[in-house]
Amino acid sequence: METLVQHLIASGAFGKNASPDMVATIVVFVMSAVVFLGVAFPFAGIVSWAERRVWARIQSRVGPNRVGPQGFLQWLADGVKHVCKEDIIPDESDAPLFKMAPYLVMLAFTLPWAVMPFSSSLILADLNVGILYMTSVTALTVVGVLMAGWASNDKWSLIGGIRSAAQIVSYEIPAGLSIFPVVLMTGTLSMQGIIRAQGWAPQHWFLFANPFTFVAANILYISALAEGNRTPFDLPEAESELVAGFATEYSGMRYLFFFMAEWGNLFIIGAIIATLFLGGWQFPHVTKSVVVMNILQVITFNVKVLFLVFVSMWIRATLPRVRIDQLMTLCWKYFVPISFVNMIGTAVWVAIWPDGNAAMGYIMFAGALALAAVFTQRVIYYLRRSRMEVYFNPTI
Amino acid sequence: MSTLHTEEMTLNMGPQHPSTHGVLRFVVRADGEVMREAIPDVGYLHRSIEKIAEKVGYHGFMPYTDRVDYVCAMFTNQGWGMACEKLAGIEVPHRGEYCRVIAAEFNRIASHLLSVGAMAMDIGAVTPFTHAIREREMINDLIEELCGARLTFNYMRIGGVAWDLPPGWREKALAYLDHFDPILEEYNALISWNKIYVERLANVGVITPVEAINYNLVGPNLRACGIKWDIRKDIPYSVYPEFEFDVPVGDGHWGKLGDSMDRYVVRIREMAESSKILRQALQKIPGGPVLAKVARNFKPPKGECQIRLESGRGDMGWYVVSDGTGYPWRVHVRTGSFAAMGIIQKLSAGLMIADLVTLIASLDVIAPEIDR
Repeated sequence: METLVQHLIASGAFGKNASPDMVATIVVFVMSAVVFLGVAFPFAGIVSWAERRVWARIQSRVGPNRVGPQGFLQWLADGVKHVCKEDIIPDESDAPLFKMAPYLVMLAFTLPWAVMPFSSSLILADLNVGILYMTSVTALTVVGVLMAGWASNDKWSLIGGIRSAAQIVSYEIPAGLSIFPVVLMTGTLSMQGIIRAQGWAPQHWFLFANPFTFVAANILYISALAEGNRTPFDLPEAESELVAGFATEYSGMRYLFFFMAEWGNLFIIGAIIATLFLGGWQFPHVTKSVVVMNILQVITFNVKVLFLVFVSMWIRATLPRVRIDQLMTLCWKYFVPISFVNMIGTAVWVAIWPDGNAAMGYIMFAGALALAAVFTQRVIYYLRRSRMEVYFNPTI
Repeated sequence: MSTLHTEEMTLNMGPQHPSTHGVLRFVVRADGEVMREAIPDVGYLHRSIEKIAEKVGYHGFMPYTDRVDYVCAMFTNQGWGMACEKLAGIEVPHRGEYCRVIAAEFNRIASHLLSVGAMAMDIGAVTPFTHAIREREMINDLIEELCGARLTFNYMRIGGVAWDLPPGWREKALAYLDHFDPILEEYNALISWNKIYVERLANVGVITPVEAINYNLVGPNLRACGIKWDIRKDIPYSVYPEFEFDVPVGDGHWGKLGDSMDRYVVRIREMAESSKILRQALQKIPGGPVLAKVARNFKPPKGECQIRLESGRGDMGWYVVSDGTGYPWRVHVRTGSFAAMGIIQKLSAGLMIADLVTLIASLDVIAPEIDR
């Protein structure tokens, strides 16, 4: 932030005697507006389109392709439709809470963007408790969802809300414990501090720092999926069991708010993983220009996050849903103990090699590459096998 | 010490619920996520089809039989045809029987595809459903070419089938089977052996062989309990004795014998067996007419008859009483889904709400077949 402000003052865009405070305030205001209006809300919309297209490809369908090129503007059409729809509030519901719940969920979705580290300069507030802030405000979702389920005064909604509360509160624990290894290694909770402690090359990422962080990254990703109500953990809104779960009684824009938050949360999940384990915006220092470097860093960060968003879509299209007892078993019997082992293991590792073990990074990166190669080979094999020639024209 | 006051929650599941496969209704008494009981409430799709038979005559009833079970309408067609033929002592031409078997077995594959696809959908996997529907769509295309309809076929007639196989159809059907066999393996790789999927199905809704017989389960639901009973083998009808095929039974490989996974696997394996039958039938199909001469004003002699056939949902019985006029005096259809509904109340105690959905799906209950 300081570098950007100094750069702007030096460029003379704000006059000769611009005060750093004023410039910083203007920058923060402009950036908040750009982030919320230009990134967060459109992202949630675009993800809804992208997810439907990705699903369609996986399910050998076409997907939305009518509004705009390749159906790209479908999310705008859906948004307009939902705004125009009647906002039904059931007579028997607790109206004030019923109306408020979607806004709480939206709040939980917007607040994390304050500490979203897009690049070395582009971050609204580099809090010294950044990652702690992020995990705590995303947990606000549970209040909104539980409120929605209960205020609807519908038994299906109530079950959805209660399931959501149980699930999000449980998975907060392994998620929180999986952040600790990184904090142990860096000694900071600041998003930028964590990213600066990593390098641009994969072997310097915390994902490959030691075996414990690798496991922690996977647990964190799975727990984050569970917190974001994504398949295979989409029990709160399990449509085949609970109709639409906590959102059953909602309609119009309020219904859309829940799903905007869900799709938007994908970015936040990806951002947390990318920041903690994938080196965030780190990019090789190729130019002295601050602006060009920042643009390259924004692109790097977004590529990493969008890859993780794609993986979550992929998972959602592939896996069935677990049952509530299996969900709890997975969390309490497997993830929580493994997370504790990770934490202790990393502590021991840091005690032995305070500056990290450089060789381990290369070994683990090589292992990961081998794993990725085997995986890609299997995917290609199945793709080839499934793309068998269909021997007759189905539309006779 | 005073105990906390708790009460059971009564949930109304259906008739408008996304996973009740039509209009079923369950009254669920649940303690949190665990069900105490799920009481099925049938009758929402009752259309008096048996009474209609008494008013429209023998030939005229054939299109109505499609509506008894619209997911595998060929079998209801065949059942009505067989009952009337037995009543009047009509012999169906050999080629006609082959056409019936071919159409019916294609329909069995289509029905099972829908069943296993919907089952995956109910468990939350969205992709297998579209893949299953894609394959079913090709069968629908084939059957459309055969009889002009895609769902309610009205293909069979008393004394045979309405139309012969169109030119080139046989090759297309064989080509489809070549395409279908690997697809079944792909489908298994996609979902059947998925860890989460197996965990959701194994040991859920276990039916013991004794229970299955006592509750009158039929078809794949009965065979999943390890009882080898298939009307096609044990009370042969049509030209089934001319084909070689196995009767898959459940083996409890994934959990206990007779659990939901067994019922699912039996359906998957039955599709492969149907494919085997179809290959043989398409190879061996003889020449000749497909429809016997039957009077337009069909009046079977006075009497009654009962026939059984193996439909997609198991042993289907048709009971017809004739009083010698052009209209049947009484028709009764005995269907597998109705029997399967009966056991849900017993099995549901102690299951979770999410398991009720898989239980309904694994019993392959089709709403119109329950009520008729």
